[in-house]
Amino acid sequence: MSDTIQEKTVGAVMVVGGGIAGIQTAMDLADTGYYVYLVERSTAIGGIMAGLDKTFPTNDCAI
Amino acid sequence: MDEEKCTGCGVCAQYCPVTLPDPHNQNLTTYKAIDILYTQAIPSTFVVQPDYCLFLNKKECKQCTRACQTGAINFDQKPEISEYEVGAVILTTGFKDVNPAKIVSYGYQESANIVTGREFERISSASGPYGGKISRPSDLKKPQKIAFVQCAGSRTRGTGKEYCSSVCCKYAVKDAIVALEHEPDLDITIFFMDMRMHGKGLEDFYERAKKSGIKFVRSRVAEIKRVVDDEDLRIQYITELGALHEETFNLVVLPMGLEPSAGNFSLARAAGIDLTNYGFCRADLFAPLNTSRAGIFAAGGFLGPMALPDSVTQASGAAACAAELLTPTRGTIIVEKQFPEERSVGEEELRVGVFVCNCGKNIAGVVDVTDVTRYAADLGNVVVNVDNLYSCSQDTQDLIKETVIREKLNRVVVAACTPRTHEPLFQETVREAGLNRCLLEMVNIRDQCSWVHANEKEEATLKAKDLVRMAVAKARSIEALSEPIIDVIPKALVIGGGLAGMTAALSLAEQGFACVLLEKSDELGGNLRNLHYTLSGADPRSYLHELIDKVKSHRLITVHTQAAVERVNGFVGNFQTEITRGPEGGKEQEELEHGIIILATGATPFRPDEYLLGQNDRVLLLHEMEKKLATGEFIPGDRDNVVLIQCVGSRDDTHSYCSSICCSMAIKNALTIKELNPRTQVYILYRDMRTYGFHEDYYTRAREQGIIFIRYELENKPLVTAAESNVRVTVRDPVLGEDITLDAVMLGLSTAIIPDRQDNLEAALPVPRSAEGFYLESHVQLKPVDSYVDGIYICGMAHFPKSIDESIAQAKAAAAKASILLARGYVKAEPIVASCAEEQCIGCSLCAAFCPYSAITISKKGKGKKAEIIAAACKGCGVCASYCPSKAISVGRFTDEQIYAQIEAFGLKK
Repeated sequence: MSDTIQEKTVGAVMVVGGGIAGIQTAMDLADTGYYVYLVERSTAIGGIMAGLDKTFPTNDCAI
Repeated sequence: MDEEKCTGCGVCAQYCPVTLPDPHNQNLTTYKAIDILYTQAIPSTFVVQPDYCLFLNKKECKQCTRACQTGAINFDQKPEISEYEVGAVILTTGFKDVNPAKIVSYGYQESANIVTGREFERISSASGPYGGKISRPSDLKKPQKIAFVQCAGSRTRGTGKEYCSSVCCKYAVKDAIVALEHEPDLDITIFFMDMRMHGKGLEDFYERAKKSGIKFVRSRVAEIKRVVDDEDLRIQYITELGALHEETFNLVVLPMGLEPSAGNFSLARAAGIDLTNYGFCRADLFAPLNTSRAGIFAAGGFLGPMALPDSVTQASGAAACAAELLTPTRGTIIVEKQFPEERSVGEEELRVGVFVCNCGKNIAGVVDVTDVTRYAADLGNVVVNVDNLYSCSQDTQDLIKETVIREKLNRVVVAACTPRTHEPLFQETVREAGLNRCLLEMVNIRDQCSWVHANEKEEATLKAKDLVRMAVAKARSIEALSEPIIDVIPKALVIGGGLAGMTAALSLAEQGFACVLLEKSDELGGNLRNLHYTLSGADPRSYLHELIDKVKSHRLITVHTQAAVERVNGFVGNFQTEITRGPEGGKEQEELEHGIIILATGATPFRPDEYLLGQNDRVLLLHEMEKKLATGEFIPGDRDNVVLIQCVGSRDDTHSYCSSICCSMAIKNALTIKELNPRTQVYILYRDMRTYGFHEDYYTRAREQGIIFIRYELENKPLVTAAESNVRVTVRDPVLGEDITLDAVMLGLSTAIIPDRQDNLEAALPVPRSAEGFYLESHVQLKPVDSYVDGIYICGMAHFPKSIDESIAQAKAAAAKASILLARGYVKAEPIVASCAEEQCIGCSLCAAFCPYSAITISKKGKGKKAEIIAAACKGCGVCASYCPSKAISVGRFTDEQIYAQIEAFGLKK
């Protein structure tokens, strides 16, 4: 059983949702050596964070 | 739109006749039916909105296709279904705002001047609808009086949104502070029930807001109404004392609560996973990133409302979960890009090529690009000068590459847009042509010329010439730089054997990396040993034992108890650590070699000299009381009163921060007492109940079960005295305005949670900590587990007090970050690192003192001392070079010679 699972295992991951969480998880996986398909519904990645003005606590620009 | 062909120039949008509300600006402005979501959007491709496009709906127009000079617009594109084979799936679909129109009494639809928090984010943004000038939508006037109404769409019975959205208090305070930065004389009021400023640094942020004049009114807002014949708004609110008040404001902000994304239900069905009653993804306390289906993980807002750092932490944690599962396949699909061998140009005569970009009309519409290109020909050593329609397009990339090879160029100047986004691309191009990537010099004639001088065409052109002349001058002295490669020892050291340390070690071991786990006490478990119950009912004791067994039996984990760190040498990838281990009297020494360090040294409850703790055995710390309840040592009786006091030595002068988890712990223990004996009376004396997120449900349950909550003010703390057979607690009830006296058989104190600090570890490993003593992360939002030192990561309560699930997620995140280095096996230092000319160095060690990354060591060389730069740790910030009194240090790509050459060229006006 474990052998068949092993055979089927693929070194790729699909990440559904391209907000800050999806981007971060995709980058970490790619940096570790996995191929990533990042799937996003909208026309750009970034999600809610891209629409924020500043971020706590330094009031850095969110973008 | 053909992504390969679209250069993002934006000419199509200029010609498109259809305007529609711009979702990025929360519909406060418009954009076109062919447009980009926002300037910095990735991919930077313009996209057609099929519902609005004239051609797609009425078969006329096509203005955009005529305007597009690269032929990127293709109206024949159809949706496609693609299939991919993957080993794991991670769901990160986020959350959305509760629809403000649903709270009818708040009148969102009645007035343009009632805006959501996200709308206000755009209003205050410099790239937003009003250019960053705080204005209200109805008349674009400055709103002098602004109100924020908290818990809009959260913590409301009977709406399906009974939970707390966790982030709205925080971002309301941030928005208010940002608004004051724009307009210091604004009059801002925040109406709230409990200010939930839990989490690292947030309580201080709250105090800062109070000091800056923002008013906080504890109340419930009943109604927001538009003032008749006016654009102002009248807020009706009920204070804690039950009094009804009214006040008029110019603008009202509703920082909306958060709810599951609209697609959660269908996504869950497609993925075959469970959702909670609220519609978020269901996960377990001890496996917070696992969905109900093996191989599918979740992170961020799909799991519930949470702030940015928590989302980012969970995202990295979920990456670790997937990596643990797929370890045997790591690196099997990805391929690293190969480049031709670099040509050595040291001996060659200078041959500079200048490529000037039109960027469609983006630059050429203002700057006379032809003139600038012609001008470059007369600059010394320039052998090629051409202009390109779009320098970043694939065909131009090929052209630059061919030109470099054909003309034997050895310096390349690209005058185009910003190096921030495009330098890596052009560096890659010159590498493909066989040049070192540092032989490229970029100059930004878009942002610095055509954008800022859009109405001064001649001056913009002159400035572009100046910039090109300076870049060519610098290019003459730039040289090839190597990127030192340092091997990483593929082993980890985890310090701290509590929940976080064990979780991190196990994740690394599951990913195939050998790991040494150090614990200072004689057994693993840390604070998890103090937990006997959890709010959700999951058993912490059995999980603890299961986890310890897994850690101890893993072939790649070595556990050392009674261990201490004596000395740490080395740097990222190559640490040598001296430890002692074993019982007193029989201590053994050992030297470990490892590539990374995870700090999971934990925290402990503060023991105050307050409320008779240590003097009266009926006064206990909360976890001590929990133990007595679990062991049956304390059996609450029918007529017993139990009192719990929150914020002891917390949110005051002793410890200014909020420890985040004590409110939930108090509720848990109060509910446990009620379960053991419903007749026992439990009182919780609190300042703000901070049962954030889904813990709010347990707060509600506690009130339903008759647990009595009495709020006290910091200036009016409860008074505790010893009575005959119990302790007497006197507290002023703010609602009654009177003192209440409670005789309690047991008094539990929720005290501040303070970091565990050990002198030997601090001396051996000086990793920066906050004023409170918690390890500092290198970026609060985006790097929540990276310490300031490369190769050292932080997790668990050593970072800040946190719950079980938060600790596990963060430990996994630390493991994910560490495994990036361990899996790659090397660290590549950037070419912009500093270097020190030993013969000039006077060994003053100023550089080492000022280096923010501990990247400089001072060592004895011959008679004197010399600075040595650890390339692997250097970030190229240049602080050392600017302080060096003997000019021994220079920073690659920014040497004095290069900068002087630029300055001199600037003076050579033509």
